[in-house]
Parts: sequence; C-alpha cells; structure tokens
Amino acid sequence: MASALINVPPRARRGEIIEIKTLISHTMETGFRRTQLGAPIPRDIIRRLVCTYNGAEVFRAELHPAISANPFIVFSTIAVESGTLEFQWTGDNGFSVTQSAAILVE
Amino acid sequence: MQRRASRREFLRAAGGVAAGLGLGSLVAVRPARATPAEMEDAIRKVVGSATINPGRVTLDLPPLIENGNAVPLTVAVTSPMTGADHVRAIHVFTQKNPQPNVASFHLGPRAGRARVATRVRLADSQTVVAICELSDGSFWSTSADIVVTLAACLEDGI
Repeated sequence: MASALINVPPRARRGEIIEIKTLISHTMETGFRRTQLGAPIPRDIIRRLVCTYNGAEVFRAELHPAISANPFIVFSTIAVESGTLEFQWTGDNGFSVTQSAAILVE
Repeated sequence: MQRRASRREFLRAAGGVAAGLGLGSLVAVRPARATPAEMEDAIRKVVGSATINPGRVTLDLPPLIENGNAVPLTVAVTSPMTGADHVRAIHVFTQKNPQPNVASFHLGPRAGRARVATRVRLADSQTVVAICELSDGSFWSTSADIVVTLAACLEDGI
C-alpha cells in the first residue's frame, strides 16, 4: 500500500492563502532503464494528482517520467470554507490512492 | 546453359541488401535523448501557434546539482490570481531528458498564488524551460541552465 503524506494547515482564516505539501511513496519507474540482463523495465509512474476542495477542483498536475521517485508537489489554495481537501493520485497499472485532510476556516 | 552468378555479383547484391537493412534500422532507432528540436515540438503541442513572450515567470533551480535524480524545482508567476486575470497552467520542459515533458500544473483563481514546487530528474547538464498560460490566452516563459554532476536514468535497474 502506497503511503501518502499531506501537509495542510488544520485551521486558517477565511481568505488566507494556504500552502499544501504532498508526498507519496512511488518508484516512478521511467521505462527508459534496463535490467543488468538488458531487458527494458516497463514504465510505472503516477500520471496525475487532482486536489478537490469540498468537491471543486482547485489543482491538477500531470506528471511525466521526469518527476523524481516519491513525487513531492507543493501548491497553494485560498481557504474559503471549512471542509475537506481530497487528493487523488492515479497512474500506470491501475494505481490509485485517495486521501483527504480536514480544514477549519474561521 | 544457365549462367551462375559470379562471386563479385553475389557480393555486390548482398552488400546492397545489407545497406538497405542498415538504413532501415537507422531510421527506426529513436535517439536515447530528446533534442532541442524535440523540446520545441513538445512545446508547440501544448502552446499551439500562440507566441511565447519572455518574462513574468521565475524558474528557481540550483545552478549546480550533484544528483540529477532529485532536483528541487520551483516555478512562480507574477499574477494577481483573480477571476479575470489568473494563471491557467504552468508547463515544464527539458532539453536533454529522454522525453522533453516534465510536468503540467493546472491552476485557477482559487490557487491564490501562482507558485508550484516539485522535484525532477535531469539526465544531463541542460536548459530547463517553464511556460505559463494566462487566462487571457497569452503564454510567458523563462529558462534556467543547470549543471548536473551525476545524471539520472543511468544507474542499472534490478
């Protein structure tokens, strides 16, 4: 089971810009490497990260093999209302991980 | 009586066939690294025929990195990020990786601030290009040069 780490401030003022850091464990195999016997290692990467804030998409990233192993992505959003931020990573070989974080806006 | 092919004729014919095969495989083999022209093609695929203006984007990349497997990269765009004037997307490309695309980030007015950071792999010392797309449809770009001591993608697999 891939594990994901999300850093979202638990509480924020209304209208404040909050920084979100995400990290997920994944090899991000490029598909360009070969084994010592010369056989190509098939590509296995995370293709996409989508962040929704109470159901509305606020950020989307499309990733390619040039992203390092264990993709670390930092972005920001405006704290508009209390609720949940949901993060979904999808990728090759049916990879899909969803995790959420709660935020209290006052 | 049927005339048999002389040794000379046979060799000439065989040579022709071999040359043909050689040429065929030359065309089929893809270069292991993208070229600046391929990066240009990849950029055109995203941008279309729009002109790309220099400026507005800051690409923060260390000038020298030891390990190309994890290079910290930050892209920021000067933009008010309002509903009428915001950054729609940020794209990152490289010149000499096996594939020119690195990542595309889609933002909107709800991002508040047009700034994204990640870690990338770089196969060689090269130029990295960041392009942003604004809500009015214009494109802005910047580039940064980086020296990579230990390239990514070269180590043996399992």
